[in-house]
Amino acid sequence: MARNWWKILSALLAIFSLIAGLKTPLAPGIHRVSPDRLSYGVNQVEILGYNTRFSEAESSLQLWLQNGSTSICPYERVVVDDQRMRVTFSIPEKVEDSFFHLYINNDLDGTMMLESAFLHKNLTVVEYVEKDAQSCLQPLSTQEAGGFHFPNQSILNESIRNLFFHVPSWFAMMFLMSVSLFYSIKHLRSGGLREDVFAENAARVGLVFAAAGLLTGSVWARFTWGAWWVSDPRLNGAALGVLVYLAYFVLKSSVNDSQKSGRLGAVYNIFAYTMMMLFIMVLPRLTDSLHPGVGGNPAFSQYDLDDNMRLVFYPAVLAWIGIGVWIFQLRNRMAMIELKRNYA
Amino acid sequence: MWSEVWAILGKDLRMEWRQRHAIGSVFLYVAAAVFVAYLGFRQMADIASWNALFWIIVLFSAFNAAARSFSTEVAGRRLYLYTLARPEAVIIAKFIYNAFVLLVMVLASFIVYTLTLGSFALEEAHLPTLCAVWILGSIGLSAVLTLVSALAAQSDQNIGLMAILGLPVILPFLLLLMRFSKNALDGIAWSVNSTYAWQLLSVSLLSLALSYILFPYLWRE
Repeated sequence: MARNWWKILSALLAIFSLIAGLKTPLAPGIHRVSPDRLSYGVNQVEILGYNTRFSEAESSLQLWLQNGSTSICPYERVVVDDQRMRVTFSIPEKVEDSFFHLYINNDLDGTMMLESAFLHKNLTVVEYVEKDAQSCLQPLSTQEAGGFHFPNQSILNESIRNLFFHVPSWFAMMFLMSVSLFYSIKHLRSGGLREDVFAENAARVGLVFAAAGLLTGSVWARFTWGAWWVSDPRLNGAALGVLVYLAYFVLKSSVNDSQKSGRLGAVYNIFAYTMMMLFIMVLPRLTDSLHPGVGGNPAFSQYDLDDNMRLVFYPAVLAWIGIGVWIFQLRNRMAMIELKRNYA
Repeated sequence: MWSEVWAILGKDLRMEWRQRHAIGSVFLYVAAAVFVAYLGFRQMADIASWNALFWIIVLFSAFNAAARSFSTEVAGRRLYLYTLARPEAVIIAKFIYNAFVLLVMVLASFIVYTLTLGSFALEEAHLPTLCAVWILGSIGLSAVLTLVSALAAQSDQNIGLMAILGLPVILPFLLLLMRFSKNALDGIAWSVNSTYAWQLLSVSLLSLALSYILFPYLWRE
């Protein structure tokens, strides 16, 4: 028991990250507006919220458009249900910006904002617009929504949860490939059969996590970037990494002598691992990539990953690395038993 | 150390000269590949595809050329070489030899390629950079493929394995090389383009250092 505490911990953390990652609701947000163009005069638009409570918090509901330094409040507002309302705006002829940002605030949902919700249609964009004496806005009561939830970001929407499955897969793969490298180096130094079996098993389990990472990444790419596969240095690097380890298995199985196959495999493993790391970690940073933290894209630490997501993300990383090592050890024990039986 | 390197290098060159048909087959492979490309394409439309096709042909020819570096050593001669020279000297000699062969091959295929598929891509090319592309390309291809060919030669199925092992390792290098070459063809000045040269050079040096460390374990048999 004392030696196995980390297995129980990994399993518990994995269950926690699965439940918390899938069950936690997204923060209330503005999903869509239609039509998304505003012209001079009276405009009636429909606003669709997501996880919002428009009718429940109607008494404190406040809604306005921001255009440059001008804010525009609606002169009529009908709340249909918790997710829908119909609003009528009166738009002046001259505006300061081509885009209108939409803000909604109430006591239950806090302040929600949809950036560039509306585009102007046949309006004159000028430097500065004379404003009425007083703003239409009253001071806000609450800005934060209550309860535990994940950020609601446009484009990402519900798929933001994939962070807890996609990224830990790659972390677990990297970890296991490094374990494989460690045992390959040990094998070259000692020539022991055990280390070679360990190196191969670590690479095998790592490859399973790589497959999981590719699969979750592909689904995520479909929903955010619009295609199952995009030509991105990070993606191509990952695909190459998978090819490298498939080649490693082909090389090992093509040699019958176990001593020789171990040595060839170890040499290729060290060589390929170093080259792959160079290409996955270093080179994409020099060119543009769609991935966060690369080529001018903001990293998760800046705004994508808020504290609530961190609370699930870090346990998920630990959990999947732990479970990977657990599977690795199980495979090793199986391989050792088989070896003993073959030599006995 | 270096005297051993020169001795092995001299031996390889002399052997190549005595078996001219063997190296000739490599050049024939390039010529045939270019001719197939010529018949398939007839006319190339843009510089990007011209450049990419050229390096793809060079890549496969390089696999062919590098695969010979260890498989030509029959088992008895390998043992003899093992008693005479240090493994580090062997890998360095093979690397220099391969780099030289690849450079000649790149130049030869470039001549055949421009003759058949047209030299329109060269109109705005920055020639000194293009020379750097050829030299760095043959050094890098040789640095990666020499160790891979040593690995493949020791396994039981040599030729097929060479491509499987080599492609994923060489591909990112090749992508860098293609972009560098494309910039040279577009006539982008060296001062802008030199980062690619440094990246190619550092990848080559890293892979050479790994070969130097790892090859003795392969040689010991």
